[in-house]
Amino acid sequence: MSVQITVNINGEDVTREEEPRKLLVHFIRETPGLTGTHWGCDTSNCGACVVLMDGKPVKSCTVLAAMAQGHQIRTVESLERDGRLDPVQQGFHELHALQCGFCTPGMMMTARALLDANPDPSEAEIRTAISGGICRCTGYKNIVAAIRWAAEHPATVEQEA
Amino acid sequence: MAVTTENLPSGEQERPIGFGRLKRKEDARFIRGKGNYLDDIRLPGMLHAAILRSPYAHAKINSIDTSAALAHPNVAAVITAKDLETLGLAWMPTISYDTQAVLAGDKVRFQGQEVACVIATDEYSARDALALIEVDYDPLPAVVNARKALDPDAPLIRDDKQGQLDNLASPTWEAGDEEAADRVFAEADVVVEQDMIYPRCHPAPLETCGMIADFNPQTGQLDIYNGNQAPHAHRTVYAHVAGLAEHMIRIRCNDIGGGFGNKVPVYPGYVCAIAGSIVAGRPVKWIEDRSENLMSTGFARDYVMHGAICAKDGRITGLKVDVIADHGAFDSTAQPTKFPAGFFHICCGSYALEAAHVKVKAVYTNKAPGGVAYRCSFRITEAVYLVERMVGALAMEMGVDPIELRMRSFIAPEQFPYETTTGWTFDSGDYANTMRVAMEIAGYDELRREQAEKRARGELMGIGVAFFTEGVGAGPRKHMDILGLSMNDGADLRIHPSGKAVVSLSCQTQGQGHETTFAQIVAEELGIPPEDVEVRHGDTDKSPYGLGTYGSRSTPVSGGAVAIVSRKVRDKARLIAATMLETRPEDLAWEKGRWYVKGDPEQGVLIEQIAARAYSGEPLPEGYEGGLDAQVIYDPPNLTYPYGAYIAVVDIDPETAAVKVRRFIAVDDCGVRINPMIVDGQIHGGIAEGIGIALMEVITFDEEGNCLNGSFMDYLIPTALECPDFELGATVTPCPHHPLGAKGVGESPNVGTPPAIVAAVIDALHETHGVTHIDMPCTPARVWAAMQGRPEPPQ
Repeated sequence: MSVQITVNINGEDVTREEEPRKLLVHFIRETPGLTGTHWGCDTSNCGACVVLMDGKPVKSCTVLAAMAQGHQIRTVESLERDGRLDPVQQGFHELHALQCGFCTPGMMMTARALLDANPDPSEAEIRTAISGGICRCTGYKNIVAAIRWAAEHPATVEQEA
Repeated sequence: MAVTTENLPSGEQERPIGFGRLKRKEDARFIRGKGNYLDDIRLPGMLHAAILRSPYAHAKINSIDTSAALAHPNVAAVITAKDLETLGLAWMPTISYDTQAVLAGDKVRFQGQEVACVIATDEYSARDALALIEVDYDPLPAVVNARKALDPDAPLIRDDKQGQLDNLASPTWEAGDEEAADRVFAEADVVVEQDMIYPRCHPAPLETCGMIADFNPQTGQLDIYNGNQAPHAHRTVYAHVAGLAEHMIRIRCNDIGGGFGNKVPVYPGYVCAIAGSIVAGRPVKWIEDRSENLMSTGFARDYVMHGAICAKDGRITGLKVDVIADHGAFDSTAQPTKFPAGFFHICCGSYALEAAHVKVKAVYTNKAPGGVAYRCSFRITEAVYLVERMVGALAMEMGVDPIELRMRSFIAPEQFPYETTTGWTFDSGDYANTMRVAMEIAGYDELRREQAEKRARGELMGIGVAFFTEGVGAGPRKHMDILGLSMNDGADLRIHPSGKAVVSLSCQTQGQGHETTFAQIVAEELGIPPEDVEVRHGDTDKSPYGLGTYGSRSTPVSGGAVAIVSRKVRDKARLIAATMLETRPEDLAWEKGRWYVKGDPEQGVLIEQIAARAYSGEPLPEGYEGGLDAQVIYDPPNLTYPYGAYIAVVDIDPETAAVKVRRFIAVDDCGVRINPMIVDGQIHGGIAEGIGIALMEVITFDEEGNCLNGSFMDYLIPTALECPDFELGATVTPCPHHPLGAKGVGESPNVGTPPAIVAAVIDALHETHGVTHIDMPCTPARVWAAMQGRPEPPQ
């Protein structure tokens, strides 16, 4: 049995016939060019799959694609606009906030949502905001610093990386 | 010399042509979500595999009925041990010369063992079909406790092995001098003994393990996509296992979402993917889920240890250690073949001991196989944990400050190179200096005062110290190999006519930043800007042979290779430069990026001018073949020995027993730092994993052998809330035998962190609660039990 599902991803409607049980993370990843959203754990503990749903971070492994119908989904691929990096992307690069890069999209989307809601977060607020995600490489120190960097450089920055 | 290593704010960064802080080249794709990880790859006509796993830890298999699964409309094939037998793939060799069932035929020997493999058009269907396979099991008694595995009534696990009558996996292996150690202990003033466990834990990289196998029946070519830490070694293994010609196998490791030792071994799932592609004639993708990762692939540690340490005249003089290693159902521990306990016998630590003796025996249990080096060099994390816990216990018994006892007992700078009592030759070090830098950053004396004040108020604060010496960069061909393959690495450097370069490596990044660091080595040696040096790795068709990245090998071994290959190119460039400048090569001198005439520095040629000449129609030196390139294999003369001093400050809630790491100070000496930013990042990550191991990460089993930590709901990993803002420092003692003076660093923090935190927990509870030891992980429940006077080992 399949149903027609339309999800707006990064401003474009994506329509496919899918099984109703299809997870949003798989729906996104099977859309050409959108493999930046990762899967890491099945149990919504790791946060590699975080995307924004109507501006709020959700773990897309725990959302059915059908549940995202009619909602606006933003993925990591939407952060860069017209060749300009989001300050969060730039901050991650400036302060070495990524190593293997696997958690990075989820961490950056979480950071984007945090800064949209709270443009000047404290270190404690940043740590709380990203505590739904796991990074095995960085020990979080540079991620926290990168998000502070982004808060201090709110305008989108020239592409450098 | 102490160096501060905090990240520079933006705008004050260097753009070094060579060593120094340089932002990473690889970031550009990752921050845009354009990495190319295994699951991002889709090949035309690709099928998906899923594996049926045993629910029992030990059971006889009476029958497997796959008919209903085969009838599923989206299923292409179902593979069982019987099918693999016809392909000769039912069993595979492990890294440790044992054999492991790819799919269980007669018996399952651990919960989660591979029993059958479904190949279907999509992953959802493949997993649906697993539920349609009927397996008739007769459960058998299981043994999961290493101490009980050799009991006469313990069930025999490896009845597949001819002549195997008990659960001994390997005979007792010894290092050091037992008689000498006994003498030193007899003469000692103080002797302390302690049982301890380094519990089973798991590297759990965020990306799980998987493979895409694409066998072409027409050409016999096998294309493999697989994030593994040693692609060349894997290819050799597949050639042996599958009976395929090695040159007809190509492995591509693209981006890898972390490894930490988990992606060193060959797993049954990989062989299933290969077999599936051979059977189906189409590409097959297999990617394990998180439970499969935690329950069946490369666990780490699981060492049951007994230590005895002694002191005379106020300093440490001897150590004796007796270990039972729990290998699980198959011995697939990852280490150089001649070292069945890895480098565990480095457990004499950083101290000038008079004698030491170590013995290790290994047992089979009904638990998953593995024994990988989770961010450490071959059992050194166990060794350092043991010796640092023993030193802590000894200091406590003697009533001496734990740093003071270490300071009295360190190997002195003038003793290097230092032969340890168990056979290692430590290359260089000034341990006391590094310890002092850590004390300074921590404000050690002030911390002790604060602790005394808090104790008076009923607050529980602990300060823990650990000092480690690691031996990394295995290793010298004459001493070390894995399955007969020497532990050397190659490098191939080509300078193009425009002066841009490509360097190919046999080591394999999993996030360590090789594309940046290795470009910086070429830049340092040849003066070519790092952005003009392309680093190639992870494709066996496009890189020289070598054994990959684990045991902090990349900089010590491949780094040495790249330095030497760059110098070879520089020497060739000198010949061309002499022709260009119409002089003799010996009359030329080098400065970064340029050969010039000695005594006439204006007369010189840049490396890019030399490169252009090398490919031109202009005259070249007599006998010179043209072009500008070189390749080498680097056989390191010794391991390198990075070391460090770590101090942890913890607060324990007296009412909940929750441990909070308030501060963590890490001073590492990893020799020359190629990119200090990347070095710091490595240390941050290793500390976080060390905090996880000390406080949260553990794989346990119930008596029936059910794994109790098979998902991230139960296998707890530190988040940003459990990690403090690490405080780093550095000392630099260059490695005397490494071409760059570098020592490797990736794993040091995972070696040094757990003993520092456990020492801090004990330090917080010793005076008030009489706690002298607690086994990891220091979870609230286990710390609470210790506070009540009934500490329990994890099981």
